[in-house]
Amino acid sequence: MSDLRTIKITVLRYRPEEEDEPTEQTYEVEFRDDWVVLDALNHIKDHIDGTLSFRWSCRMGVCGSCGMMVNGEPKLTCAAMLRDYYPNEVRVEPLVNFPIVRDLVTDMTDFMDKLKAVKPWIIREEEKPVSEGEYLQTPDQLKDYKQFSQCINCMLCYAACPVYGLEHDFVGPAAIALGHRYNLDSRDEGNQQRQHIIASKEGIWECTYVGECSVVCPKHVDPAEAIQQTKVATTTNRLKSLVMPWGNKK
Amino acid sequence: MNIPKHDVLLVGGGGAGLRAAIAASETYRGADIGVVSKVYPMRSHTVSAEGGTAAVLREDDNLDLHAYDTIKGSDFLGDQDVVEAFVKEAVDEVIQLEHWGCPWSRDEDGRVSVRAFGGMSVKRTLYAADKTGFHMLHALFQTSLKYDAITRYDEWFVTSLLVEDGRVCGVTALNIRSGNIHAISAKSVIICTGGAGKIFPFTTNAAIKNGDGMALAYRIGCPLKDLEFVQYHPTGLPGTGILMTEASRGEGGHLVNSKGERYLSEYVPGKMELGPRDILSRSFIHEERKGNVFEGPDGSYVHLDLRHLGEKVIDEKLPFVRELTRNYVGIDPVIEPIPVRPVVHYCMGGVHTDIHGATPISGLYAAGEAACVSLNGANRLGSNSLTECLVFGARAGQVAAQHAADTDFADSASMVKMAQDEQKRIETQFFGNNGKERVANIRDDLRQTMEEGAGIFRTEDALKATCDTIRALKERYKNIGIDDHSRVFNTDLVNALELGYMLDVAEGLAHSALLRRESRGSHARSDYEERDDENFLKHSLAYQTDGDPRIEYMPVTLTRWEPEERTY
Repeated sequence: MSDLRTIKITVLRYRPEEEDEPTEQTYEVEFRDDWVVLDALNHIKDHIDGTLSFRWSCRMGVCGSCGMMVNGEPKLTCAAMLRDYYPNEVRVEPLVNFPIVRDLVTDMTDFMDKLKAVKPWIIREEEKPVSEGEYLQTPDQLKDYKQFSQCINCMLCYAACPVYGLEHDFVGPAAIALGHRYNLDSRDEGNQQRQHIIASKEGIWECTYVGECSVVCPKHVDPAEAIQQTKVATTTNRLKSLVMPWGNKK
Repeated sequence: MNIPKHDVLLVGGGGAGLRAAIAASETYRGADIGVVSKVYPMRSHTVSAEGGTAAVLREDDNLDLHAYDTIKGSDFLGDQDVVEAFVKEAVDEVIQLEHWGCPWSRDEDGRVSVRAFGGMSVKRTLYAADKTGFHMLHALFQTSLKYDAITRYDEWFVTSLLVEDGRVCGVTALNIRSGNIHAISAKSVIICTGGAGKIFPFTTNAAIKNGDGMALAYRIGCPLKDLEFVQYHPTGLPGTGILMTEASRGEGGHLVNSKGERYLSEYVPGKMELGPRDILSRSFIHEERKGNVFEGPDGSYVHLDLRHLGEKVIDEKLPFVRELTRNYVGIDPVIEPIPVRPVVHYCMGGVHTDIHGATPISGLYAAGEAACVSLNGANRLGSNSLTECLVFGARAGQVAAQHAADTDFADSASMVKMAQDEQKRIETQFFGNNGKERVANIRDDLRQTMEEGAGIFRTEDALKATCDTIRALKERYKNIGIDDHSRVFNTDLVNALELGYMLDVAEGLAHSALLRRESRGSHARSDYEERDDENFLKHSLAYQTDGDPRIEYMPVTLTRWEPEERTY
């Protein structure tokens, strides 16, 4: 089980102080059968070339730091086993559709702005005092939004999304799914406040329902479904408002 | 140079840090809060916590029972006034988090569910499946986004605390993206940087947990309290240390040795798999010595058997355990037992604070795992630490904000100079000296000596050897050389700075352990097997000096519970 094999890892390099455009560099790494791509990157950094930069932290698929392109696919590198690629070589590149800061590190600012824009927090007209205890929520009500609450903000879905690749104003899969998560939460009354961003032109209507976001999600969130559900709800609300123009309080 | 100013500055943006930031901004209107974190806050290690969060919510439970369980779990080293405040405020804190959207698992009637946990006498652990920390952290982070008073410094790494006239007045921090060192002025600084599990080789802890904040405080003369107490979690995956949550035993999982026996009947017959972590981890070592364990490439292990729970319970209550074992060891717990062994999980010790989260140094506060408010004593009970982040994060945020309201900013002209000096210090130390020592080699040697001397069982000789080795490693660290001399996103530099923090915390830890000649909670001395209340019912305080740390002691606060023999 612990026999060592050698695999070639080609990594995109970009050091903005030294070079105008990205290059690539190949390393040979002896690996154990249970190593993930991230282990190989750490081996390179620790023992071969300390100048290679990348983000990582938990190494158990929940912190969302280590998303990269592995052989062209967006992956959490802590969950991508090297043995699945061997004996072929592995190419590691930063997540596409984001500017590169350095090597495998991308600029997340755009995602962070979009996350905040969908108001991902509980909005209520009146807050119940803590002394009155919890809001009751049945397991079925929890189930309504639970899958959309599993997003770890790893941004693989943005790298997979062809629309975001072309149109950076698009709010994008994860942020829409998280806004939708709060819209579906029985404790929340903020649907209307989120509509102007989620149901805008740059929101759900940009999406052409390719569905790649849901395919690459390591946590089985289905952002495409969130977008579809919102489109249907928005259309229904719009038609309703034609009939009852003053009844659309919430 | 323009120096940013904040009334309250958080160092660390995990559970405790975000809770503190929100509390500070709610304490007085107009308070300006900064959060400096070396990672985007939702990457903080709170995210990896799995099992749950303890609080008294049910009719069959009461505050005294939670307090007693915690105090007994701490082997009577927890400060009882702190424990009493904790259990009381825990209730509102978990409800508050519910109001902020945390998706707690629910009973049919809509109330939040509770599950059994080690060392707790009734079901009192709230949970969000087995991703409780993840959901808590994201609920806190997403809620924090609505507070305009909070300014974040994402991917900024604090390199020192600034002190003027005996009070903390800000920090210097490396903007990792630009490579520049900046001063940030603050009236109050709160350390919420988590623990230091990464000074050990096998740990559930994330890469970022290097004791940064503990070392920052230690370096300006603040004592680190009870550092010798390090919790091994009994069920980590061999090698990677990936956590198999205690909830898997709370839901009914069994620990089985190589003879097929539920061996805990010999050690904690009254509690079995729901015994406290220190005792369960030691039981593993006893079984190992008897040869009743399995041998694998990453050392010996026993089995965590969940098969009898069935697929439905596993998928509903423990989905992350199934995901992790399938991904990382190719095992489906529905049909196979999981190999597990004890791995380092949690630091009971940390920055010495009082019951409010204030340190002895004016303007400096701490909360969460980075702090030692003396809730957990010699051994923490599972599911108390997430609650600790909430209760003492909130407390620290409030008192830090009050302090800020009564204080003026320090002179910022002098801070510009301090930032320039810090940039020069770092460039000289890491870029200028052509050192030959690699970060990874010193780090590996540190981890090895910590395991050898300060592991589950400790002795005078092994601890002395570890203290000597750490001293030698600190010498080698002076000759460190890093490959990367560029500025933009230089993680080689960050790792080198982190290693400096690790060495400081390891030094304090090993010396505190050497001088505690008794066994209590997680600190098990093979040469002093009994608890010694006469000489050691007291907290250790490690102070940094030019040589070995100076260890002092202070009394434990007892209120209503006399120390008694700790059996389960």
